[in-house]
Amino acid sequence: MQQIPASLLTLIAGVLITLVSLWVGQHHNLLPEQASQQAPLVDNFFSIMVTIGTALFLIVQGAILIFTIAFRQRKGDETDGEPIEGNFALEIVWTAIPSIIVIGLGIYSVDVYQQMGGFAPVGSHAMISHSHHQSAIAAPLIAQADNKAPDLPTYGLQTNSAGDTKPADVIVNVAAMQYAWLFNYTNPEITAGELHVPIGKEVQLNITGQDVIHSFWVPQFRLKQDALPGLKNELRFVATKLGTYPIVCAELCGSYHGSMRSQVVVETQEAYDQWLKDSQIAQANPPVVVALNPVERSDSEFLAPYAKEIGIIATDLAPLQAHP
Amino acid sequence: MTQADEKQQIAIDATMQSSEHQAWKWYQYFTFNTDHKVIGIQYLVTAFFFYLIGGLMAVAVRMELATPDPDLLDPSLYNAFMTNHGTIMIFLWIVPSAIGGFGNFLIPLMVGARDMAFPKLNAIAFWLNPLAGGLLLLSFLFGGSQSGWTAYPPLSQVTAPIAQSIWILMIALVGTSSILGSLNFVVTILWMKVPSMRWDQLPLFCWAILATSVLALLSTPVLTIGLVLLLFDINFGTSFYKPDAGGNVVLYQHLFWFYSHPAVYLMILPIFGIMSEVIPVHARKPIFGYKAIAYSSLAICLVGLFVWVHHMFTSGTPGWMRMFFTISTLLVAVPTGVKIFGWVATLWAGKIRYTSAMLFAIGLLSMFVMGGLGGVTLGTAPFDLHVHDTYYVVGHFHYVLFGGSVFGIYSGIYHWFPKMTGKLLNEPLGRVHFGLTFIGTHLTFLPMHYLGLQGMPRRVAMYDPQFQSVNQLCTIGAFILGASVIPFTINIVWSWIKGVPAGDNPWNALTLEWTTSSPPLIENWEELPVVTHSPYEYGRDRIKADSVATQAG
Repeated sequence: MQQIPASLLTLIAGVLITLVSLWVGQHHNLLPEQASQQAPLVDNFFSIMVTIGTALFLIVQGAILIFTIAFRQRKGDETDGEPIEGNFALEIVWTAIPSIIVIGLGIYSVDVYQQMGGFAPVGSHAMISHSHHQSAIAAPLIAQADNKAPDLPTYGLQTNSAGDTKPADVIVNVAAMQYAWLFNYTNPEITAGELHVPIGKEVQLNITGQDVIHSFWVPQFRLKQDALPGLKNELRFVATKLGTYPIVCAELCGSYHGSMRSQVVVETQEAYDQWLKDSQIAQANPPVVVALNPVERSDSEFLAPYAKEIGIIATDLAPLQAHP
Repeated sequence: MTQADEKQQIAIDATMQSSEHQAWKWYQYFTFNTDHKVIGIQYLVTAFFFYLIGGLMAVAVRMELATPDPDLLDPSLYNAFMTNHGTIMIFLWIVPSAIGGFGNFLIPLMVGARDMAFPKLNAIAFWLNPLAGGLLLLSFLFGGSQSGWTAYPPLSQVTAPIAQSIWILMIALVGTSSILGSLNFVVTILWMKVPSMRWDQLPLFCWAILATSVLALLSTPVLTIGLVLLLFDINFGTSFYKPDAGGNVVLYQHLFWFYSHPAVYLMILPIFGIMSEVIPVHARKPIFGYKAIAYSSLAICLVGLFVWVHHMFTSGTPGWMRMFFTISTLLVAVPTGVKIFGWVATLWAGKIRYTSAMLFAIGLLSMFVMGGLGGVTLGTAPFDLHVHDTYYVVGHFHYVLFGGSVFGIYSGIYHWFPKMTGKLLNEPLGRVHFGLTFIGTHLTFLPMHYLGLQGMPRRVAMYDPQFQSVNQLCTIGAFILGASVIPFTINIVWSWIKGVPAGDNPWNALTLEWTTSSPPLIENWEELPVVTHSPYEYGRDRIKADSVATQAG
């Protein structure tokens, strides 16, 4: 029987690997549904990485598998293998190819990140909402956060898809605390335990951590931003799909970190307006209580409404508790 | 060798022969002993003990996660187990066994020295470890630290402050141990190599330990600084990281990750060194691209110092910083890839002996490809915004640290156990151990990638019920991994006592440690070896045969 030439086999393997990788890249189904403008950007980028990754995976694992079978020690053969110490050209090739791939991925990720709104233009701080007319519970918290960090830079995704920072359609101040999310709408003034946003509108979240670090994550939006106490964090997005999606705390924030969940409701403008109206009426009098069972609340959470009057903050209490 | 050296040599030989014991008695392994070989074994055994404890914590965590509700452990205890599992595995298992254990046992033997440069310092560095480990276990009396191994303030300032303070002291102790050890390695490798060994004849494990030590010396002090400030914040009323008093929580993250990302390389570079030793010996081939592998260790060491912010892409970092560190992180893939390709090419045209050491080495190669590819995706800021702090990360780093580092440690133990003890390990038991570990690793950590992508955050005791079935797969995998340690432990204990004598060089290896007896004499050699060939000249018999044939023809 005649041998098939090695070059032909390599060519066939290359074509097969390419096809399989392309297919896997498009059909991996690993990510949840897309519900924000940024989600398709992230997913396309991920799919490209999956395609390249699959190809590299098949090549390297395939080589390992073939070599370990083909070059196993045969029975009774106690001799050594061939004394090949290297091949300069080959080493150049396998240094160059990964270099090109990672530099390409690096440049591409800058592009994707820019489209996601990650680069704040100069002077963007003026755009941050400084409304001090908050609801009863959140007012001291937000005011405190604003006063403490007047000139700090803002972190997070801060521009819209056009790359500028013109005011968003909906601005929500988000307060994260052990173990709850508070959403403070400024116009009209509403405090809610879940986030409602109109579909297709620019939404800006000003996120603050009230006690420890939390992290705002909506998997369907592919977006995450830590809520850092004492620092300004922003997240801008446009929701693109009606539905209710989980808001997950992604940064370890204490024993009940896993239960710190809420949801974001993406609804039509009409439904959103209606919700605003209903909530406004409901909250007119008396103020709602959104927090959890007080026993489970952290010190800072418990103290928050009184913090300004009595001048105590949670961290002051910690040493006292440590030495009973 | 000069005449003076020879005379000195004879004198040493004479004293050694006159003293009764050429080998240490078993109980001397439990004392303050300055012999690098004893210290190496002390490191390995102590680390393995903590590995078992950390492993039990992991099993407890996985049992809790078999159901979505926090029904097995108190959530605070869950967090304590999760935190201390990470801490133990990093600081009391992988780092001390890979660097302290193999480094101490092998470096002097590989460079042809009689001991490390500073033997007493070496022993002190080791004894800080059991002290630190004891402290960490003691912290459970105060609830155990619960803020993750990263100990981010403000959470670490307000949760279990006594346990957290003990935790900080413990890290400072192992950090000190690491600095002392690294200093010792650098001096030993640079100054105590036998003169007959050229720099390009230095075994690759030594290059790896050199790179590791430099990295540890540069980064460990920064972590210690960061943690001491945290200790002050917790206990003495300072406010370095307290936002309400003018502190900055992100400052801690920079100080922490400036060490703790390089720490990942501290855990993998020595393992890469082990790979470069094990693969050529058992494939019976010279290492492919000695220089590329040696330089890539140094390249990883250098680039590894400038990637730390990729742990903080969702934190307080501006856009330009996220981009800079995306690109620097991706660059690490290049020298890492060079190593992987070099090892795969070493297999080519070899005559691979399927010893347990080689099985784990090839398993590592395969696992690390998976971990590395996942790592590249995580290194890009746009995608990391989605998966940061999720199970995707947990899956990724367990492929690298379990599939990578722990497989490498196992491989190293199977490879050098005969040298350390003079006994062979049982090969069938080794294969069972490998099979269980290989299956268990994939079953536990592969599904975690999916969990993270779908929306499950890490470090949670309770989760969305839709993830239950996948979590149960992981839990089954964890049980298999737990069980995999049993044949290994039996093998070690039984072989150490009753194993088949190994002889000086059971694998026909060419590095210097195999030129002495097993276990080596107290001062390693009666007469220092003379290096005549590179450490990886396998197949040279064939060259000789060929050249003889050509001459004859």
